[in-house]
Amino acid sequence: MLVAVSSLTVLGAVLGVLLGFASRRFHVEGNPVVAEVETMMPGSNCGQCGFPGCAGAAAAIVGGEAPATCCPPGGKALAQSIAAKLGLEIDLSTVADAGPQLAVVTEDICIGCCRCIKVCPTDAILGGAKQIHAVLREACTGCGNCVDRCPTEAIGLKPVPITLQHWVWPNPARA
Amino acid sequence: MGFFDKIFRHLARSEPWGVHPDERKRPASEAPIRRLPVPPLLYLPLSQHVGAAAEPIVRIGQKVLKGECLATATGNISAPVHAPTSGEIVAIGPITAPHPSGLEMTAITLRSDMEDRWAPLDGLADPLAHSPQELARRVAAAGIVGLGGATFPASVKLGLGHRSRIRTLILNGSECEPYLSCDDRLMRERAAGIVRGAVLMRHATGAREVRIGIEDNKPEAIAAMRAAADGHADVHVCVVPARYPMGSDRQLIIELTGIEVPAESRAADVGVLVHNVGTAFAIHQAIDLGRPLVSRVMTLNGEALAQPGNYEVPIGTLVDDLLAFAGGVRFEPARLVMGGPMMGLVLPSAKVPVVKGCSGILALSAAEVARDEPDACIRCGSCTRACPVGLLPLEMNARIANGALDAAVALGLHDCIGCGCCAWVCPARIPLVQAFNHAKGELAAHDRDKKRTDATRRMAEARAERLEREAHEKAAAAARRAAERKAQKAREAAASAASNSEGAPA
Repeated sequence: MLVAVSSLTVLGAVLGVLLGFASRRFHVEGNPVVAEVETMMPGSNCGQCGFPGCAGAAAAIVGGEAPATCCPPGGKALAQSIAAKLGLEIDLSTVADAGPQLAVVTEDICIGCCRCIKVCPTDAILGGAKQIHAVLREACTGCGNCVDRCPTEAIGLKPVPITLQHWVWPNPARA
Repeated sequence: MGFFDKIFRHLARSEPWGVHPDERKRPASEAPIRRLPVPPLLYLPLSQHVGAAAEPIVRIGQKVLKGECLATATGNISAPVHAPTSGEIVAIGPITAPHPSGLEMTAITLRSDMEDRWAPLDGLADPLAHSPQELARRVAAAGIVGLGGATFPASVKLGLGHRSRIRTLILNGSECEPYLSCDDRLMRERAAGIVRGAVLMRHATGAREVRIGIEDNKPEAIAAMRAAADGHADVHVCVVPARYPMGSDRQLIIELTGIEVPAESRAADVGVLVHNVGTAFAIHQAIDLGRPLVSRVMTLNGEALAQPGNYEVPIGTLVDDLLAFAGGVRFEPARLVMGGPMMGLVLPSAKVPVVKGCSGILALSAAEVARDEPDACIRCGSCTRACPVGLLPLEMNARIANGALDAAVALGLHDCIGCGCCAWVCPARIPLVQAFNHAKGELAAHDRDKKRTDATRRMAEARAERLEREAHEKAAAAARRAAERKAQKAREAAASAASNSEGAPA
């Protein structure tokens, strides 16, 4: 008994020291550009780009595996700023930028199953079991994760309505 | 200002900033102010000011008296809305906004009972004996906003006196926009009320002196204001040259005090406060008589109008009703504008209400709005000479055309006051100020997007933290239950053992 315990302890200690040494000795410097691009991304880790979260997408964009236009919630604005940062030429016409969108619950057919609540990356959906759910307008990023999860198709995306506070003068026609 | 300063300024400014468009203030400015009868329906937007929208405190069907508060201010920068006449609330909901976008805004609809009965008024008998805070509080409760068009809540500006020391209070009676003459008429007819308002504001801000700036194209107003200010040692009427945009606060401050307000700071930071003469009159009414802001004087002008003139109009009157009272239009106007021709807003239709910041309604003919197609920039530099804040409009426009908004900001886009002198003088008719307004809106939208991204990141992090905490709690609860089950089993085992041992001797 004593032999077994002491030998495992010694083994653990030796291997631990070895691992600690290895992590220092063979440390690989992360790409700082990836971190910078990651801070520009929406940060909701919604997964629509097909990469594991925003960090994965940032690494893929910097590594050239994905186009700068791969983030649907970021839209054209994000694609432009990433391209400017990395000095890339991008074709903005390929970005399906439907403008900012918002999830809306059709209250007649919501059955209160709570599935959408579990997948919302920003906790923007309120509700309890067998209670009609509601979306917090300010917190919703329009990523659309909830849309696929709804068993009754009660949740859908709508464009964010333009209000007087958000209205911008049109670009005047030029010669 | 010293003697050498004057000489230096004279030499330095061989060519003055600004422009001088055809005034077209007559004949509207020669007719006395007429009072508009109360229209059958009034539409009172909840957001007639800079800042947070007011919150309604009335129900549909409720009867209200003239001057009763219908919606209260929310937050630090906001203003309440009062009933312009007595009647019944018939709706609270969206209406078309008096704004070029034609978007909707929330408004309270009031049906007049045609009796126009005032609610009991509570004026101060001796306001100068009260504290400045009390005066500012009453100005806030009266819903007074900057009536020159900026619509910034007046009480907030009065309250600034306690944070930054105000030396000079300037009353802006320059009215530099063509076509408009409402301030001119107000100064001619109600000079005593304006000076009284100035004295009250001086008390509220603790300013040492009051200067009233009036352009030299209004000799009658200057004479009337001088007569009213006679006997007030610290109230001076100053004549300024007629030049657009003299009514911009920064330009008027330079003209009257010689101080230039630095970029990214406010007039109060250099010890100056600017209020419109209309605001001063409204403050006199609110404090001496207890009357909230429920009507204002505005100019009706333009070639399409049968009887141009100045009218005292209840806030919330439809432009349609206003035009009908003023003798209607002679022909369909090519364009309806709220405010002056330089900085006013094109109205989407005549079915919109007038608001607190509306200094005039212009019904312009096709000849008045004629504008040819823009040509290429010939780099003549007219716009740089006209710009009152010394920017390079042609260069900023070139940057914006290429989408380089940051480069335009570096050239001083944020200092642009949007006066429109550049577009007015441009011989190639390039829409310069329109491009700057567009760019400012785009930059504001970028800022909002950035804030939103940051908020999203915080929410995503909060969620990750919550999920972790919940998993932790779940594990802890499971461990606790397991321990309880174990203890229970042990107790049961002990109990059965005890009963067995008790039973054994028998």
